[in-house]
Amino acid sequence: MLKTFPVGGIHPPDEKLTAKTAVKYLPIPETVTIPVSQHIGSPAETIVNKGDYVKTGQVIATSKGFVSSNIHSSVSGKINKIDTVVDTTGYKQTAVIIDVEGDEWIETIDRSDDLVTEIKLSAEEITKRCLESGIVGMGGATFPSHVKLTIPSGKKCELLIINGVECEPFLTSDHRLMLEKGDQILVGISILMKALKVEKAIIGIENNKIDAIEHLTELATKFKGITIQALKVKYPQGGEKQLIKALINREVPSGHLPLDVGVVVHNVGTAYAVYEAVQKNKPLFERVVTITGKSVAQPGNYFVRIGTSIKKLIEAAGGMPDDTGKIISGGPMMGKAVSNIDVPVVKGTSGIILFPSGESERSELSPCVRCGKCISVCCLNLEPYLLMTLSEKGLFERAEEEKITDCLECGSCSYTCPAYRPILDYIRLGKSQVIKIARERNMKSNAAK
Amino acid sequence: MSNLLNISPSPHTHGKETTRKLMFGVVIALMPALAASVLYFGMGAVIVTATSIISCILFEFLIQKYVLKKPVSITDGSALVTGLLLAFNLPSNIPVFIIILGSLVAIGIAKMTFGGLGNNPFNPALVGRVFMLISFPVQMTSWPIPAGLSTGYTDAITGATPLAIIKEGLKNGESISQLMEKVPTTMQMFLGKIGGSIGEVAAIALLIGFAYMLIRKIITWHIPVSVIGSIAIFTTILWLVNPEKNADPMFHILAGGVLLGAIFMATDYVTSPMNPKSMLIYGCGIGVLTVIIRVWGAYPEGVSFAILIMNAFVPLMNKYIKTKRFGEEVKNG
Amino acid sequence: MSSTLPITIISLSLLAFVSAVILYFVAQKFKVFEDPRIDEIQAVLPAANCGGCGFAGCRNFAEALVGANTLEGLSCPVGGSEVMGLVAKMLGKEAPLVDPLVAVLLCNGTPEFRPHTSIYDGASDCRISNNLYMGETDCSYGCLGNGDCVRACIFDAMYMDNLTELPVIIDDKCVACGACVRACPRNIIELRKKAKKDRKIYVACSNCDKGAPARRACKVACIACNKCVKVCEFGAIVIENNLAYIDAQKCTFCRKCVTECPTNSIIELNFPPRKPKAEVEVEVETNKR
Repeated sequence: MLKTFPVGGIHPPDEKLTAKTAVKYLPIPETVTIPVSQHIGSPAETIVNKGDYVKTGQVIATSKGFVSSNIHSSVSGKINKIDTVVDTTGYKQTAVIIDVEGDEWIETIDRSDDLVTEIKLSAEEITKRCLESGIVGMGGATFPSHVKLTIPSGKKCELLIINGVECEPFLTSDHRLMLEKGDQILVGISILMKALKVEKAIIGIENNKIDAIEHLTELATKFKGITIQALKVKYPQGGEKQLIKALINREVPSGHLPLDVGVVVHNVGTAYAVYEAVQKNKPLFERVVTITGKSVAQPGNYFVRIGTSIKKLIEAAGGMPDDTGKIISGGPMMGKAVSNIDVPVVKGTSGIILFPSGESERSELSPCVRCGKCISVCCLNLEPYLLMTLSEKGLFERAEEEKITDCLECGSCSYTCPAYRPILDYIRLGKSQVIKIARERNMKSNAAK
Repeated sequence: MSNLLNISPSPHTHGKETTRKLMFGVVIALMPALAASVLYFGMGAVIVTATSIISCILFEFLIQKYVLKKPVSITDGSALVTGLLLAFNLPSNIPVFIIILGSLVAIGIAKMTFGGLGNNPFNPALVGRVFMLISFPVQMTSWPIPAGLSTGYTDAITGATPLAIIKEGLKNGESISQLMEKVPTTMQMFLGKIGGSIGEVAAIALLIGFAYMLIRKIITWHIPVSVIGSIAIFTTILWLVNPEKNADPMFHILAGGVLLGAIFMATDYVTSPMNPKSMLIYGCGIGVLTVIIRVWGAYPEGVSFAILIMNAFVPLMNKYIKTKRFGEEVKNG
Repeated sequence: MSSTLPITIISLSLLAFVSAVILYFVAQKFKVFEDPRIDEIQAVLPAANCGGCGFAGCRNFAEALVGANTLEGLSCPVGGSEVMGLVAKMLGKEAPLVDPLVAVLLCNGTPEFRPHTSIYDGASDCRISNNLYMGETDCSYGCLGNGDCVRACIFDAMYMDNLTELPVIIDDKCVACGACVRACPRNIIELRKKAKKDRKIYVACSNCDKGAPARRACKVACIACNKCVKVCEFGAIVIENNLAYIDAQKCTFCRKCVTECPTNSIIELNFPPRKPKAEVEVEVETNKR
């Protein structure tokens, strides 16, 4: 029986061109650029200098504060320089640039391929290992995982939900990972269950990945407490609030976290990374990236070392097509368009999509006809047309009352609008302004106390 | 050929619907009714429809280009839909100059003065129709009876519509059972071979259009169902209370402009509410007001006025009636 | 017929009289005392309600003026010193000395100087494209060209030039109300002192990157080479954060910095053309050969 979330949602065409393409290893490039902020929270602080020789898997930057993450070198070689570069988000930030020499790994990593099912670490040690290995959410949000595994006192986790939905069109990295590394993922989930001290885990997978559902269902019989649930294909099923609502019919209250309904959500890619970190002592320095697009010659999925420029990925896919108009890091609904191909692959890069120029431009704007379609597709029951108008006119207090901060920026409203209104652009503006206003208000009231 | 990449923000892909496609979808949904009207009213229907459409588009073009000096947007299909719907509210023998005047009011006053597409609070076609009704009551209340594919226009033979028969008859003291002999049968009203405005007669054609719009996802079921449903419930109550003074619900739904109003006029995007909850309240309001005007008011037909009155409440409904947000914290009493 | 007319007249007159009495007493009971000077001052103010004075409209400003001890720091940019003089006389206080100001855009990044490196076709709003990293060029400080400032101006003093993709400020109409300054998300519009004959000299650049990346992004960027600082005899130029800034209070419009700047980043406007000195120099060079 297929489950789904009850309100809103759209059905963009799947375009899963690379669903049947096995993951290959992308050759190690000559140079990598590793940014120090690949996660939500404070950027890591470098602990290496220009000219140092580093090995694959060595820590090159340490986390600053609790919500932060370690950064590891993905190659062995000499550090060329530590400089500011533009990354996939478009902003400039500090990065470590390494000239590659061979591929010497640090001795502590277990490079063998055999499956290790026995979990020797305790719950606290698992959390610590995640912090040390730089594990962050691999679905694209890059939230440091050890923070999610640390349950604050007064809250209880009853269930672990694993996000295998991959609702964005074109992306197939999670799909291939589930098909090819199913055992490792299930061990990783068991590790997470031990760390969270829960007995049950549900993996949610959209119904356009039937092979993955069948494969994991078969493998899961060997593991205690893990079930697979097939979900109806609807965007944005992969949003954690929608996933929780679909799987266990609980609504995360506005402004709160999934832990407030007793749930923690992790991506399948994160579960795989946790397996490698805990069982093989391998920190996070490579990930599966989908390179795809309608005019790409050989779209595919690759294991890529963090810091490889996306130019290498595009070359492996047959080179950049002449008519390329847009290059997107992430999915077409929520990804970011990059301005040049020298930007590096980071921990949150799930895919690179090349759009031909015919599909890159936005169509002409026409006036809002108040058709209400944006309201009907909003999965959070917000009123996008109203939030857009309020942000445009600068009425941010009213936007805050209308709960503009609830918006998860999925893009369904802009996708559906027949007048091609840039709804999400203005909602993002409104959100950033409202958050700023709320923060200033909190600071004033704290200062007054 | 520029090699520059486009860096616009997400989403980077878009659905297939455009405003123009939606408008033309409405036009296609109106085609069965147009075909029925030509079948029953002949040349008159063609002339009235053509005049209305041409003058609406022409006035929109002239006003946008020479008065407002803004870019011309007649190709978005909204003036075409207004023209078509305005024509469907008129008798097929109405003189051309009245139609042109009505189009001027519909487009110029009800739409352009408020800022063009998307900004008008009142349904333009209905504003035009009501203006014509009040300014030219005689021409607007002489309804031709169906004469087949005739070439007659202003010389068409007129007769009373079913609603008018009931209204006049009740005033003269006749009872409903007596009057039911004089009005067309339910089947005749369903197929449309009765007196009335061009678009409102053929119930079956309108329902085909409704089905098309639902399948194409141009409108949702909320407004038409709530209008027709509330009329059905209200008239059933009145009929059960006094069957000799009140006609049965099926008659009320098929007679007059209820189906045209519920399916095409009340569901106009700009002037209807956007929230499903508000849509149901809006529809019920229209239904109740229509029946009140029909039974106790001076006019035999009340749909146009009911819709215009409820249009006035739409901004209020949009502002205060909201569906429960996802994860909204319910305040403990 | 004959009896209804007097009855109508009497009853309506009675109604009117009773209403008038009630209204009079209500008006007296709920009367709010207001200083009559507020109305007088408001009549003198330009009634633009632009907020340039820092208050919410002319009435609010009039109330503030009447309530203030000194007029120092209070000024109406639209009315200028003329209106403030009148107000000062009416209140029996000293008129504040205020320099007339005009808005100036600190950027000259036309497509010719600052080539586009990407295409942006999102919402045409500077606040939005500003959040989206660098905009369409490699300069993350310069004008985005989407016209938030033009839309903010209620005095029709700005328009967008489609060729230069920069906003143009019409000096005669600009009243320095500050709306465009507040609207610009990159804060590159400045209210500078208005000089005679609308002359202006300013560094038309806001780029705080080091010289090399700034110059790569834009041909007329300020590279903070310090030449202007050295040549200025009046100490009017300061370099901070890799960017030069000319203080309008100290500048004497000698124009030496304009000729000295190697990237033509400093702009002079509304000056008479210079006398050509180039001929003499060329002769000297050829003689030397």
